[in-house]
Amino acid sequence: MPEQPIAVAMSGGVDSSTVAALLVRQGHSIVGMTMQLWNQRRLPDLATEGGVGRCCSLDDVYDARRVAEQVGIPYYVVNFERQFEEQVVKPFVDEYLAGRTPIPCTLCNNYIKFDRFLEMADSVGARQIATGHYARVRFDQASGRYQLLRAVDDSKDQTYFLCGLTQTQLARTLFPLGELTKPEVRELARSMDLAVASKHDSQEICFVPNGDYAAFMDAYLKDTGRDVPSMRGDIVTTDGRKLGEHDGVHHFTVGQRKGLGIATGEPLYVISTDAASQRVVVGGNDDLLCARFFAKRVNWISIARVTVPVRAQVKIRNKHAGAASTLYATEDSKRVEVVFNEPQRAVTPGQGAVFYDGDLVLGGGWIE
Amino acid sequence: MNSVQRFYFDHNATTPVAPEVLETLVACLGQVYGNASSIHHFGQAAKQRLEGARRQLASLIHASPTELVFTSGGTEADNLALLGSRPAHIITSSIEHPAVLATCAQLERAGTAVTVLAVGSGGLVNPDDVRRALRPDTGLVSIMHANNELGVVQPIAEIARITREAGVPLHSDGVQALGKIPVDVEALGVDLYSMSGHKLYAPKGVGALYVRKGTRLAPIAYGGHHERDRRAGTENVPGIVALGAAADLAASELAEESARIGALRDRLENAVLDRISGSGVNGARWNRTPNTSNLYFDGIDGEALVIALDLRGFAVSTGSACSSGAITPSHVLTAIGLSADRARSSLRFSLGRSNTAVQVDALVDALEAAVAHLRRISVHA
Repeated sequence: MPEQPIAVAMSGGVDSSTVAALLVRQGHSIVGMTMQLWNQRRLPDLATEGGVGRCCSLDDVYDARRVAEQVGIPYYVVNFERQFEEQVVKPFVDEYLAGRTPIPCTLCNNYIKFDRFLEMADSVGARQIATGHYARVRFDQASGRYQLLRAVDDSKDQTYFLCGLTQTQLARTLFPLGELTKPEVRELARSMDLAVASKHDSQEICFVPNGDYAAFMDAYLKDTGRDVPSMRGDIVTTDGRKLGEHDGVHHFTVGQRKGLGIATGEPLYVISTDAASQRVVVGGNDDLLCARFFAKRVNWISIARVTVPVRAQVKIRNKHAGAASTLYATEDSKRVEVVFNEPQRAVTPGQGAVFYDGDLVLGGGWIE
Repeated sequence: MNSVQRFYFDHNATTPVAPEVLETLVACLGQVYGNASSIHHFGQAAKQRLEGARRQLASLIHASPTELVFTSGGTEADNLALLGSRPAHIITSSIEHPAVLATCAQLERAGTAVTVLAVGSGGLVNPDDVRRALRPDTGLVSIMHANNELGVVQPIAEIARITREAGVPLHSDGVQALGKIPVDVEALGVDLYSMSGHKLYAPKGVGALYVRKGTRLAPIAYGGHHERDRRAGTENVPGIVALGAAADLAASELAEESARIGALRDRLENAVLDRISGSGVNGARWNRTPNTSNLYFDGIDGEALVIALDLRGFAVSTGSACSSGAITPSHVLTAIGLSADRARSSLRFSLGRSNTAVQVDALVDALEAAVAHLRRISVHA
């Protein structure tokens, strides 16, 4: 191996396939790897027809292997199932049972797609890794920090899920698609005759079929021999009036309107869920508005920390446009108070909050 | 990366077709195209080659040619032996190949009682455990001859004395033994014995089951009257002829090659133990097939080590590959009592005809460097 190879995380999709092909075209030495994260045959009750958009399927491995063969690089499937279950699936289930709405993609990025993958890359002699994420990394001389920036293609930007990346991780990571739009990527894939050029994009949380979290959790708890706790409880209004009953707080998420099974004149929304008392609190749209919140376990990326109040755009979920806010330091450098200029709807405990200054990702943490 | 020189140390997964076998195979493929069941000249020519190969394989294992049933490989031979015996109760071991264990699981779903015997830390089945597990309704005992991951050779002759006394047929999966150690079905006392071509320098897709005369065995596939009504389907004549040629080759080379390969294996193990700290041999070091070595490297992720070695040009293996090609932890290593961490830090090296001392030394150099690198970056396995 004359040059240190770059390890490319290949999912079998068009994005990571294009990354591998691009880097090969640029003359780099490449090793392709697909992470086997979840055994879909493990929870047969959840089997769905088609299964489009679910990761780790044999079809995806077949596609990745075919692309690797096409561009002439060594290719391996690496088994991270054990780590994925420990560090992503279990915390996901526990958070849900505790009445919060977790985002496993951020955990997966931190612990599996970067931490564990970087280790595996290191193991086989690759200092750098490349993925098909839509984001940009840049080294800033002035601050001496690796900065994370939004992708040029705003509609595909994935920085919300990458807010946990550390300086160590960013220093070794390439995002070759950050400067490209999705149509450009598809065009590139087509021009290089990649077999996956017109493959559908993946959707949803990869190990949860059809976005049905409750069904996944029931099947998973059964599989791991844990009793599904009885989670029946009351649906109450903000002033404590009981409107009905439910089968478990994990069926509800803040801001949800449908599926409450209650007929009232005005639209009702889930305002909060409380696992301890098994209560789902509902109210009108206005009750969902929130002016401020605290974010904990903040990972600072492009800046070292906040000391004085800092203006930022804050995203409180992936599809959120970002709200003009001010970040206030607390005595804990990894905890900040976020004050919105205008109150925002459905601030959901357990979700990530990511702070932007224009394209620059300042950092991100978890909504308390 | 294509310029890397490649060395093959994974002969328990499969072997290359030996040049002598290849020559026979290609000639047969080109010239002998008759259906061995046809009465005309072309059919007779195929039949002659088929029966010639049957005599060659029978001679290697000291059986009568009429006691051999050709199959598509070791897995089918195991399936035929187990399903075809229709046992009400079956005894097997925890370190069998999936071809046996998964077939037992299927038997169990269909109502057969299954006893899975544990093995000791050396990987050996205790014959007394077989005796104790026997029941009036036991219809088959299936214990492998040599283990694919450890190479450990089971006391089949001793077990056979017990099963014969009890009047229970004994099956042994001999896929990893044939060609590596002498196999004599009379001395072993087995009633059914599975074999595979591609572990013996013949091509994939051909194997055989030895069925001792008088052993009751029902077919598992239905069709024509091939193989004495035991295995329907037009015979794979070129594959079978190649298996016959490989059997001849094994018969003539076995003593010399097993001594040579055994010395190489010991050279590998001793060098690793001398030069790499925190390494060791899994299972017993005695009573193994001469080509197999299963080693652990404490603190190392075996999967990473396999990939690192492959990138340096050395083909070795760990665990068993699942359908995606990812590695899953070895049931054999956990069955002999290894912790999950140690099982994950283990690699299998299986040597063969093409390996030389120079290759073994290069492998040890690469191992030493790769293990040192992995420990330096402290991968937590």
